[in-house]
Amino acid sequence: MRSAAAALLGIILAACAAAPASAPSTSAVARTDVLLATTTSFQDSGLLDVLVVDFQKRTPFRIRASAVGTGAALAIGARGDADVVFVHAPEQELQFMAEGNGERRIFVMHNDFVLVGPPDDPARVKGRNALDALREIARVRAPFISRGDNSGTDFFEKALWRRAGVQPAGTWYVEAATGMGQTLTIASEKRAYTLSDRGTFLARRSQTQLGILVERDPPLINVYHVITVNPAKFPRVNSAGANAFADYLVSPQTQQLIGAFGVATYGQQLFVPDAGKDEGEAR
Amino acid sequence: MELIANGLLEAARRVVTLDPDLVDAAAATLVVSGVATALAILTGVPLGAWLGRARFPGRDLFLSLVNTGMGLPPVVVGLFVAVLVWRSGPLGQLDWYCTREAMVVAQYILAAPTVIGLTAVAIQSVDPMLPIQLAALGASSRQVLAILVRETRLLLLTAAMAGLGAVISEIGASLMVGCNIKGDTRILTTAIALDTSKGEFGSAFALAFVLLLIVFAVNALTTWAQQRQATS
Repeated sequence: MRSAAAALLGIILAACAAAPASAPSTSAVARTDVLLATTTSFQDSGLLDVLVVDFQKRTPFRIRASAVGTGAALAIGARGDADVVFVHAPEQELQFMAEGNGERRIFVMHNDFVLVGPPDDPARVKGRNALDALREIARVRAPFISRGDNSGTDFFEKALWRRAGVQPAGTWYVEAATGMGQTLTIASEKRAYTLSDRGTFLARRSQTQLGILVERDPPLINVYHVITVNPAKFPRVNSAGANAFADYLVSPQTQQLIGAFGVATYGQQLFVPDAGKDEGEAR
Repeated sequence: MELIANGLLEAARRVVTLDPDLVDAAAATLVVSGVATALAILTGVPLGAWLGRARFPGRDLFLSLVNTGMGLPPVVVGLFVAVLVWRSGPLGQLDWYCTREAMVVAQYILAAPTVIGLTAVAIQSVDPMLPIQLAALGASSRQVLAILVRETRLLLLTAAMAGLGAVISEIGASLMVGCNIKGDTRILTTAIALDTSKGEFGSAFALAFVLLLIVFAVNALTTWAQQRQATS
């Protein structure tokens, strides 16, 4: 039985190694492979693919990225199942660091959230600040779609409600438990409000009946950090690869790439590079 | 309407120009599901053939388990395999999380019960007198099995195609253990889901068209095999 299982593993390995794909990933090259756990918005915006391709051109490392949402990415990192995480939920990140799961935590960039909704704006929130707008939506019980999936956006939205002093509950508050793009589609179909990162909203704007109602308010700033998983706690992590990727993200060329991303497609900058800055300066 | 029309137009352009992302995803689908199905056939046909002939206590229970396996929810298999291949899991040393290897394992688990179950049924469908006559003619039990397999080869082809059909359209397990990495573990189904969530419907339509084409080819082959069986 044992030899049969070994033979089976051998066949799988051989078959996958012989695969005509651009670069087969076998365990023999494990130390050049870097496991990145990250957020869905990073993948949905298209920035992940751009940075991974560029990083692999400049270094001997290969990125294996799992785009799962900030909560899941931090959980994966906290088990030592990833080498590096790229996320946007400062509160949860600080807890991750406090538990000794991370080694370096570096500020990379920010973008901002926008409150979007039906253009006729039934709750009359246009032009208000973000917290007032949420209070008004809750007061008139206007439909609001929440991500409800423990993603960074979900954490962010829940924190905003807390700051607004509102406990969102009731039939008007719908937890979609899905990605940002899908959530926007639902909000559009249901004529509801929702909170979106600017990048995903711009990418989806033409397919939805939604408009930006509240934006450019300091509480809506969304900061991204890269964290290398602590090799002292998890000896199996590829620390060299993780550090190479973290250093890559804050290098001047990459920061320039991040700042230019999306300008050609959407006519506006999606992410603001922040390497070397203090988190407070972004707000 | 405009969305659908533009999507179909864009899809046609991508199929005609052999868009590299489309070709990558189609190739990855064929490699991963092909290898998983091949392994399921290599192990499942002998096991199914034995199961079809053997008589032992608990055989009905075992067959019931195999039949249940045909309906295994892919996300459950995905969860199970992911936990196994995470570094903190029992197979962590393999470092297979987010690789094609992990996808092959998951799809193998999904395809094998179908191949085993349908093979057992195929072998049982043979006239029960045939093995007895063969044995009387001096055939060893291994030779009997070989002849039975040859007699039922078209039914076995159906079993193999059903195994492939069980995995080629699968998304839950492949997404969970393969991570949908561009140019590597991004297969047709996971690419469709991603492009839809990104709002790139043209690309999603093109991927869907190619997937439908593959599924149609698999089913056409199965139908052909069944019809030949019926008329021979």
